[in-house]
Order: sequence, then C-alpha cells, then structure tokens
Amino acid sequence: MTSLAPFVIFFVGAALVAVTQGVLRSVILLTIPIVGAWNLYAMADGTTTVVNLFDYELTIVRLDRLSLLFGYLFHLATLIGVIYALHVKDRVQQVSSIIYAGSALGAVFAGDLITLFAFWELLAVSSVFLILARRTERSMRAGMRYLIIQVLSGVILLTGALIHIHQTGSIAFDYIGLTGLASWLIFIAFGIKCAFPFLHNWLTDAYPEATPTGTVFLSAFTTKVAVYALARAYPGTELLVYIGGAMAMFPIFFAVIENDLRRVLAYSLINQVGFMVCGIGIGTALAINGAVSHAFNDVVFKGLLFMTMGAVLHRTGKMNGSELGGLYRSMPWTTGFCIVGAASISAFPLFSGFVSKSMVMVAALEEGHPIIWLALLFASAGVFHHAGIKIPFFAFFAHDSGIRCKEAPRNMLLAMALAAVICIFNGSYPWVLYSMLPMPVEYAPYTISHVLTQSQLLFFSALAFCWLKLAGIYPPELPGVNIDVEWSYRKLVSSIFARLAPLGIAAHRSVFDRWRRWLDQFFTQIYRHHGPYGILARTWRTGSMAMWTAILLATYLLVYYLSH
Amino acid sequence: MNSQLPALQIVLPLLGAVLCAVLRKGNLAWGVALVTSLAMPVISGLMLQDVLASGPISYAMGGWAPPFGIEYRVDAASGFLLLLISLIGAVIMPYARLSIAAEIAEQDVPWFYTMYLLCLAGLLGIAITGDAFNAFVFLEISSLSTYAMIAMGKDRRALLASYQYLIMGTIGATFFVAGVGLLYSMTGSLNFVDVADRLAEVGTSRPILAALGLITVGMSLKLALFPLHVWLPNAYAFAPSVATAFLAATATKVAVYLMLRFMFSIFGVSTTLANLPIGEIFVTLALAAMFGASIVAIFQENVKRMLAYSSVAQIGYITLGIGIANQAGLTGGIVHLFNHAIMKAALFMVLGAVVYRIGSVKIDALAGIGRRMPITMGAFVIAGLSIIGTPGTAGFISKWYLAVGAFEKGWWWLVFLLVTSSLLSVIYIGRVIEVTWFRPLSKEGEKASETPLSMLIPTLILVAATIYFGIDTSLTAGIASKAADALLAGLR
Repeated sequence: MTSLAPFVIFFVGAALVAVTQGVLRSVILLTIPIVGAWNLYAMADGTTTVVNLFDYELTIVRLDRLSLLFGYLFHLATLIGVIYALHVKDRVQQVSSIIYAGSALGAVFAGDLITLFAFWELLAVSSVFLILARRTERSMRAGMRYLIIQVLSGVILLTGALIHIHQTGSIAFDYIGLTGLASWLIFIAFGIKCAFPFLHNWLTDAYPEATPTGTVFLSAFTTKVAVYALARAYPGTELLVYIGGAMAMFPIFFAVIENDLRRVLAYSLINQVGFMVCGIGIGTALAINGAVSHAFNDVVFKGLLFMTMGAVLHRTGKMNGSELGGLYRSMPWTTGFCIVGAASISAFPLFSGFVSKSMVMVAALEEGHPIIWLALLFASAGVFHHAGIKIPFFAFFAHDSGIRCKEAPRNMLLAMALAAVICIFNGSYPWVLYSMLPMPVEYAPYTISHVLTQSQLLFFSALAFCWLKLAGIYPPELPGVNIDVEWSYRKLVSSIFARLAPLGIAAHRSVFDRWRRWLDQFFTQIYRHHGPYGILARTWRTGSMAMWTAILLATYLLVYYLSH
Repeated sequence: MNSQLPALQIVLPLLGAVLCAVLRKGNLAWGVALVTSLAMPVISGLMLQDVLASGPISYAMGGWAPPFGIEYRVDAASGFLLLLISLIGAVIMPYARLSIAAEIAEQDVPWFYTMYLLCLAGLLGIAITGDAFNAFVFLEISSLSTYAMIAMGKDRRALLASYQYLIMGTIGATFFVAGVGLLYSMTGSLNFVDVADRLAEVGTSRPILAALGLITVGMSLKLALFPLHVWLPNAYAFAPSVATAFLAATATKVAVYLMLRFMFSIFGVSTTLANLPIGEIFVTLALAAMFGASIVAIFQENVKRMLAYSSVAQIGYITLGIGIANQAGLTGGIVHLFNHAIMKAALFMVLGAVVYRIGSVKIDALAGIGRRMPITMGAFVIAGLSIIGTPGTAGFISKWYLAVGAFEKGWWWLVFLLVTSSLLSVIYIGRVIEVTWFRPLSKEGEKASETPLSMLIPTLILVAATIYFGIDTSLTAGIASKAADALLAGLR
C-alpha cells in the first residue's frame, strides 16, 4: 500500500493554501483533513516509514493504536477548526494553522527522538503566528514570550535527547522512564508543553491573546502532543499522578477569579490536562485508556467552548465576563452549543466528558490513590463551577449587558454543531471511541454508582451556585478586571483562609519584590554593557582596539610559556 | 587543461580585476566580474571532485618544485572552502548590478568591481596556497581591496569603519607575518608540508611558541574572534550591501581556515591542543562571543549592524568547534563555516534589497514591509530560522554536530550553553520578523514593492540552499567530516 506520511499532506496543502485565494482556497482547506484522514485509514496497522538522514535512520512514521487515535483526533480537530475559520481572509493564519496541525501529526507519528524534536520545534514556530496574527501590542508581547518558552522546551528536549542517544546508542522514541539526567531533561521539556504547574504560564498568558479562530487550533494540538509524548515515554511514572492531581486542582482557583472568559477556559484546559497526566501516571490499562479517551473528548469539547467564546468575541469584540451577559437572545444557537460544551466538560451523564473522566477516577481508586481520587473529585466539582456554569452564565445570561448582535456566522455554527454532535454521540454511545483505544476496554461507564455519584456532585454544585446567587453572595455585577468572585470565594470556603491570605500575600510579595529587584538589576547591568551605548556595542577608539590586541597577545604568550 | 586548474582559479580573477580597471564602464566591469565569478565554481568544483576521487592536488607554480617554489595545494579542507567562496561570488554577482548602481556613485562602480575581483582572488589564494608567505601576500591583497570596498559605502561613517579595519587588519597581518618569520628562522622553510615536517625535528622551543601566539592572535583579529571583533560591526554595517554580503560569507571564513591550517596541520595537534590550553581559551572566547554579541544584537536599532553582531556570535560557534577539537566538533565547526556563509549572505542580501527599495535598514523603517515585499521578507524568515538552528534548516545540522562533539568530549554543560545561546537568536531574529510582518506600515515602507527579479532570484537560491543543506547533508557534512579527518591527521 502506498501511503504518504500524514504531515506531508498538510505541508503540501499549506503550500497550496499560500498561493491560492477565494473559493479555491476554502476548498483546499477543507480537503486537507479529509484527504489526510483517508490516507491514514489506508495505512496498514504497524506501518513504519524510515528515512536516512545524516548518520541516522529516522522513523518518520510509526503507526500503532496509540498514535493512530491521536492521528484521527488531530484530523478531526483540523476539520472542525478549518470550518470554523472559513470566513477568515488572513493568509498568515490559514497557512500557519495548517502547518501547525501538520507538525502535531508529525510529532505523534514520530518514531525517533530526532524526528520528534524537529516537529516539536515546528509546532512552536508555526503556532506563534496564530497569536501574533491578532496584531495588537499585547498579542505581540505575549507571542514573543510564548515563542521563547516553546523554543526553550525544544532545546531542553534536544539536550535530553542527545544525552539519551549518547547513553543508549539508540534514537528510538519509546518508553524512557525517570532514570537519569537525560530522562529528566526530556521529562521537563514535555512538561513545559504539557503546562505542568509552574511551567504553565505560557498557556494562560498566550492563548487568550490569540485570534478568535487561532485559539481553537491552539487548544487542540500543543498540550495534546505533550500528553501523547508522556503516554509514550513515561506511563506509570508515579510522580505524574501527583503532578496531574495538582494540575487538576490549582487552575480552579485562578479560573474562578478570572474575568477574561477565554483565560478561564485556558485555566480549565490545564485542569483537564491534569486528569490525563494523572491517568498516565497511574499507568494501568484502564488509566491509560481514560487519559487517551479524555484527550480525545477534551479536544472536542474544549474546542467547542473556545469556539463559542470565539464567536462571542467575533461578534461583540468583548471577552470580559463583567462586560458580557444576556447574549442568549442574540445568539441562541451559540448559547445552545455552549451549554452542550459546558455539560460535556462537567461530565454530565450522556455527555462525552462523563465516559472518559470517570475512567481515570476509577483507576485512581483501584490503584490505591484515595487522596488523588478526592482531589480529582474536587477538581470535577470545580470544573463544573468555572467552566460548566460560569462560562455560559456570564456570557449568555446573568445581567443583560445591552449588547445586541447578530448570531455567529454560518460556518462557525456548522463547526460548533459538528463538535456538539460528537460530544453527545461519544457521551451516549462511547463504544466507538472505546474500540479505538490503545488497550482493550473492559469498562462500563453507565453503572448506577457512576451515574449517581456524578449526578449528586453536579446537582449539589448547581444547588450551591443557585443558593449563593439567590442569597446575594454572588455579586450581581462584575466590574473591574479581577472580579469580586475572588472575595466571595474566600468568604465562602473558609474564613481561616481569608485571615491567612494577607500573611501569604505579604510573604509572597516580599519574595517576589526581591526577585523583581534582582531581575531589574540584572537586566540593567546587561543593558549597560550590551545596550546600544554599552561598552560592547559602542564604536571603540582605534587605540583601544589596538591595545586589546596587544593585551591578548601578551596573554597568549604568557599562557604558552607557563604551560609549556 | 585540468592540470592547470589551480593556477586558473587565481589568475582569472586577477586578470578580470585588471580588465575592470581598464574598461572604466560600470556595466562592462560588471559583465567581466559576472563571467569571472561564474567560472570560479566550475573550476573549484572540478578540483574538489578530483580531490575526493584521488587525493590532494599539488601544483608547482611556475614549474618551481616545492618546497623552494610556491606550491598550490588542494585537499578536502581547502577544496571545500574554494567551492564555498566561488559559489558565494557566483550567486552574488547577478545580484550586484542593481544594488551597486543604487548605492555607489557612477564613476566608482568599475573600481568597486576591480576591488571585488581582487578580493576574490585574494581569498581564493589564501585557500589554495601551500606556502606561508604566499598566504600572507594573498591576505594583504584581499584585505587592501576590502578596505577600499568598505570605504565606498554611502554612509560617511564607512570611512571611519574602513580606517579602523585598516589599522586592525594591518596589525593582524603584521602579527601573522612576524609569526611566519619566526617559523622560517627556526625551520628554514615556508612550505606548509615542509614546515610541518621540520617542526617535528626541531621540537617546541620558545620562538615556536611565540610564532604560534602571534599567528593565533593575528588570525583571531582577522576572523573577528571576541574580543578582537570590534572592527567588524561598523565595517559590515556601513559597507555597500553587496560587499557586506560577500565579506560576511567569505572573509572571516578564510581566516578561520588559515587558523585551522596552522593549528592542526602545521603546529600539529600534539603541540597545540595536547600541551597548551588553546582549546579551553577558544571555548571561553567562543562562549563570550555567543552570548555577548547575541545580547548586543538584541538591542541594535540598525538591522544590518544587528546581523553583524550576530556574525560575531556565529563565528563563536565555529571557533567553538575548533576548541572542542574532536572529529564531530571540528566537523560541526567546518559545516557551520559553510552553512553560516550561506544563511548570512542570504540575510544581508535581503537587507540589500530593502536598502534598494526604501533606503534604510533602521528597524522602525522596516515596520510592515513584509506585506509589501512578501517573498523577500519570507526569505528573511527562512534564513533567520536557520540562524536560530531550527530543524530542517542548515543551521540545525552544524549545531547538532557541535553538540555531539561536546558530548563526546564529556562537556555536556557546553551543550546546554549551546542551546541556550540559540534562544538569544530567537529574540533578535524574532524581533525583526514581528516588526516586518505584524506592525503597521512605516512611512519609508510606503514606497516599498517586491524586489526586482535579478536581486530576488540569487537571494532565493541561497535560501533554498539553507533548506537543502538542512536535509541533504552528504555534501556539507560529508566533506566537512573528511576535512576534519584530514586536519586531525595533520599533513604527514
């Protein structure tokens, strides 16, 4: 069977997109993921394609059940994203999003570390244009910060890969496990892209600054490639269980106090990835299946939520919860899709999040991690609160902001509808998804205890929200950038926390201030020497140049004589 | 005919230079320079083929047998360099006509081509000669013509830059010739092979060490090794665009070659690297260049000067390879010598096109021109990615070998510094990409339109080469690896 490497189709397609315009360009854009998926389907299981590059044999395509699922997922995400962005006339965005998707495919099919690294870097370079293309001062700065961190991840990966190759003598990208310097470096490189705690700031910094359509692509690929890489190289690494638990927990606090709704979604993206990382860390067949299927579902429902918010941004130009509200009259369809997405991410029974998230949680219990199970349970309640309720509520209901706009463009609605259908289908009939998972599935999502636990969790969360709302603890208006929810949250959870908070903040501030002073000084020093008027950048006097030459000669002679 | 190729490589551009000076017409002089430049890669390509098939070529100039006569000697290292210089010359000449006509007063144009051809002859001569004093002569030919070319820049600061380069270049050349003189007094010979043989008998003594010191410093000056790089940024920033592109790609590379020759082939690895801390000194200075110059580049407002500082940093990578001094490291240094020449020439040619269209290379003036000159600035993006070392471009290959070399030496911290320094280039290249593509159009940019084809096609050829040599490395890394073998083995 003659099949192309999946990314080739995307790269060729991107080249075609770059030189065509109008209807033809749209047709090509739509054809790329379809042809790609057909090509992938035609490839036999276990296919490998090998290419020779300098001294190495590179495996640019390695097809097994794990990579295949991610392959299909990325084609699906591309198709949805392309439909959603069909109205965009910006060539830069279209070309870079296709290259970006192609790089993601290249990375998941990479069978060796060098190929992986190449696509890893390409992911960074191609995706930054989706942020820069918003063409605002903020997005420029966020884009550059994003690029530097992503490239840093790449160079750490390269360093780690080099050491690994040197130690093992093999370039194959397989199970690595945390055993030495090389594996730690690779682990950190994956961790940056995966938004591990303390390495996550690029995500919440840059994703909300991307274009409305760009964020949809961004949310689908980068972190999922990292999840795939972790699942390939570090399954069953216990540390990941705790990292995943932390990832699922900490973004909730930030998401609740955040006003920019797309930033809320960015935090909830980290939260969902936390479930996957946790599943990979547990490492049993059930947990890996859960992580992978959750990745699949997350791409679809998180994409759906980002699409609805993108549609709102597209029509109103606003993204802050305090400025929006009451849009359900103007955008009824978008509202509906948003609710489907919210129900899926909150893991309502019959929606897609339910069938995959519970697998990870059950695995956590089975493997004896009750505390992690509680953390994940808490995270599930939290995600329902900030993504399930907050997003649709503040955007489409709450107080009437007085904004009257048109319903989202037709192509956006179509893309959202497609994603919504998949959410419901996977939730109600999960067996198609289960049949594609890397390990055999012996898991029934719809047992009485699962449904009951989840329903109780959701209903009591909803009840809490309603009660807070009615009791007036949830403030009716949300002015300012960092809204008052933060205050009510502290008031509600515990007064102890509120009393401790100033102390914590003071300590945090003194450390932070010292850091900042130190950094300031560091950069002032750098600028003093390297800036346009610094000693290193000035035009020197000819005499001092000559003197330096003499000094260097004297040094050489001295060193030679001494060491001879 | 084939047996006379080494002589033709030098004689043709020398004759061409005389012809240009006699013709005194801009377009005719360009025609001569073009034909000569196009002939060069044919000659060097044929020679390299010979060398790879049947070993080094030795040519006795004027029929005087070495070591008494001057020997021209082509092996894998020098053949590779000859090919590089002549290819760059051949690509730049079609580009030069419009750019030179726009940047240089009409009556000076023939003189520019005269100087260019003299410089070409000098650089090729350094690469091909097997005689130390002859190398000095060619070094002076290329340097003197370079000073004249730089001084032709339309910015008045070009004069000061040229003057400073003249002083520094002369000091460097004096050191070099003083070192050669000491060698001659100790061995009684000037022929590379002969000197190497006799040095083995003489052993190391103080005059030999002094010679080594003088030659190292002299060459460090010519190749702009930190902290002796200070002549370079102004010289590159204010020279005519064509001269900058040509010199950035070739002049410093030739100095690196000469340094390699002396350190490895003549003094021999046993003297230089095994007993003296040269490797450590080089690595230190190279790191200072990689970080210091890159940070300076980040703050530059003049993009041409920024790229000049980036050159200093990139020369740091090349010297790093010399400092690592094992097979892979040296291969990395030599490959980077080739790859950097290609990508930096491409970048300077893009800037030349920008000067041609909008008359400025200030970063503010470049705002938004990506949409007016999409192909040209697209070329900048690709060549810039190669400077950063993105996989799939030539820059990645060289850094890869350097990293492997550092590993084999057990210096894994160096690998980390190597990749960290690439991050700095992300910043300065990224800044230009962001400004040219995503900022609103500047006032100067309004008169911009796509570059004329005669300038665009040569630029695109080099850009295509950066991608090609990032994927197929049999030519570059293959030959560089052979050259590294040859250097490490010495001449004996």
